[in-house]
Amino acid sequence: MATENKTAELTEIEQFRKDHGLAIKEERQLTTLNLGPTHPATHGIFQNILQMDGEIIVDAVPTIGYIHRAFEKIAERRPFYQITPLTDRMNYCSSPINNMGYHMTVEKLLGITVPKRAQYIRVIMMELARISDHLICNSILGVDSGAFTGFLYVMQEREHIYDIYEEVCGARLTTNMGRIGGMERDLSPKALHLIDEFLKRFPKVWAEFEKMMTRNRIFMDRTTDVGAISAERALSYGFTGPNLRATGVDYDVRVMNPYSSYEDFEFDIPVGSKGDTYDRFLVRNAEVWESLKIIEQAYKNLPEGSYHADAPHYYLPPKQKVYTSMEALIYHFKIVMGEADIPVGEVYHSVEGGNGELGFYLISDGGRTPYRLHFRRPCFIYYQAYTEMIKGGQLADAILTLSSLNVIAGELDA
Amino acid sequence: MELTNENVLGKIISEFGEENIQEPYNPDGIMTITTNRETIHDLIKYLRDDQELQISFLTTMCGIHYPGKGDKELCTMYQLHSLRHNYRIRIKVYMPISDPVMPTMTDLYATANWMEREAFDFYGIKFTGHPNLIRILNIEEMEYHPMLKQYPLEDQTREDKINTYFGR
Repeated sequence: MATENKTAELTEIEQFRKDHGLAIKEERQLTTLNLGPTHPATHGIFQNILQMDGEIIVDAVPTIGYIHRAFEKIAERRPFYQITPLTDRMNYCSSPINNMGYHMTVEKLLGITVPKRAQYIRVIMMELARISDHLICNSILGVDSGAFTGFLYVMQEREHIYDIYEEVCGARLTTNMGRIGGMERDLSPKALHLIDEFLKRFPKVWAEFEKMMTRNRIFMDRTTDVGAISAERALSYGFTGPNLRATGVDYDVRVMNPYSSYEDFEFDIPVGSKGDTYDRFLVRNAEVWESLKIIEQAYKNLPEGSYHADAPHYYLPPKQKVYTSMEALIYHFKIVMGEADIPVGEVYHSVEGGNGELGFYLISDGGRTPYRLHFRRPCFIYYQAYTEMIKGGQLADAILTLSSLNVIAGELDA
Repeated sequence: MELTNENVLGKIISEFGEENIQEPYNPDGIMTITTNRETIHDLIKYLRDDQELQISFLTTMCGIHYPGKGDKELCTMYQLHSLRHNYRIRIKVYMPISDPVMPTMTDLYATANWMEREAFDFYGIKFTGHPNLIRILNIEEMEYHPMLKQYPLEDQTREDKINTYFGR
C-alpha cells in the first residue's frame, strides 16, 4: 500500500500543503470520542461518535433509535381512540400539543367542527405546553453553560403548569388530554383559578430569568456564533419552529395555516438573524412572551358554549347517560370497541409543536384502525443537521448546540 | 401568481406530459398526483427551481404498503410546501415490491437523507444514489422491513401470552 501512495495524485489539500512548504501528509492524530448514548449532558438517549483533533470536532456520526417504539406500526393496529396516548410519548415536554394535533387530524378526517369554547381551551393548553417546552429548553441551556440556578427557579413554574394539566385531564407528563371532538371535560373553576394565578405569577419569574441570562456576558460569550446555520441550509434540512425562525425565516404554522382559532389572537412571530445558539435562545424567550399573550387573550375571551362537538358517533357520551339511555349505551360500546364508522380518506394536518411543524399524515381505508399513520416529527428531521452544525467547533459548544436545538429523544425516535 | 390546484397541475402537465402525471385528486385540500420513477426526480427539481412555483420545502416523505396490488404494491409519498405561496402538494410514486427502487432526493434536499433511510428501514425501498443507505431506527441485524403489512404487530414466537386470554 505504501508504494502505491507515492505515485498517487495529490489531493487538493495535499497540493496546497506542498505549495506552502508544509508536510504533505497531516501529522495530527485524531481521537475517537463516544458522546452518549447515556450522558447527562445529552439530555436524552442519542449517541454521537466524534472524531476529535484535540478539542476540535472533525467529524461526527450520529446514531439514533435507542428508544424507537414503532409507534407508526402500533398505530396501524389500534382503534383511533387508543392512538392518543402514543402521541404524547413523542415530545413529552409538550404532550398536549401532540394530543391535540392528533385529535384535530382525526376531526379533519371525520369532518367534525369543534365549538369555539373547546378550541379556546385547546389553545390555552397548547400554549401552556409551549411555555413548558421552551422553559425547559432555555433553562437547560443555562445548566449546560454553567448557570444552574435559573433552571431550578423556572422548573417550579413548570410544576405549576403541570398542576393545571392535572386539574384539566388528571395526568401530568403523558397527558392524553382531550378527545376526538373536543375536551373530555370543561375547565373546572379550580383550573381557571390556577390559570389565572399562573398568568399573574409567571411574567415576573420569566422576566427575572431573562434578566439573568439575556445580557449575561458569560452566557453570551458561550453561545454567540456557536452552532450557527444559514437560513438556506436550514430550509434544505427541513427546519421548522424556533430553530428555523432563529435563522430569520418567519414560518409559523399557527399563522400560515391557522387551526383551532389561532386567527382570533394577536401575537407576533419572533425571528432571529444568525441562526446561532444565542438566537435560538432569544427566539424561544420571546415566544414564551407571545404564548403568554395568547393565553391571556384566550382566557379573557373564553366563549360560552359546549366543550365538545355534537358528534355522538365519535365522542363518548357521559357515563350517567350510558347507564340510563339505550342510544348512549350503543354509542359508548361502539366507540370503546373501536367500531365507530370511520370514513375512507387521506388527510394531512400540522400544528406548531414545541420544536416545529408537527404533522400527521393519516390514510384511512374505513377500517377500525388507520391504514397508515405517519408522524412528521420535527426533531427527527432537523437533528440530521447536527453533524454539520458542530463540525469545526469545540466539544463544549457541541453540547450547547444540542441543548439549544431542543432534541427530544421520544420525538426523534418515535 | 396565486397558486391553485388547477394552475399548478396545468403547469406540471405542460412540462412533463399527460402520460407522466396521473390521477390528480384532492383528498383534503392538498392536491395529490401520481407520477413514475423516471419523472419524480425531475419533477421535484422543477417544483423547487421554478420561479413561479417555488415549492421548495420538503415537508415529509414516507412509504406506504398496499399488499396484493401488483405493480402498485409499494408507494412513496412526498409532501412539498411552498413557503412563499403557502401551497402544499403531495406526490406519490407506486412500484412493485419485487423492484423497490427509487431515485434519491438527497441531492435536492439535505433533509431527504434520513427520511429515505427511514423509508428504507421500514419498507425496504432502495434509494439509488443515497450516500449512506443503512437502517436508522431499527437495529442493523434486523432481517426484514417491519412496516410491511405481512408482519404482525407482535412477535408470533412468544409463548408467554396466550391468545385465549389476550385475544390477539
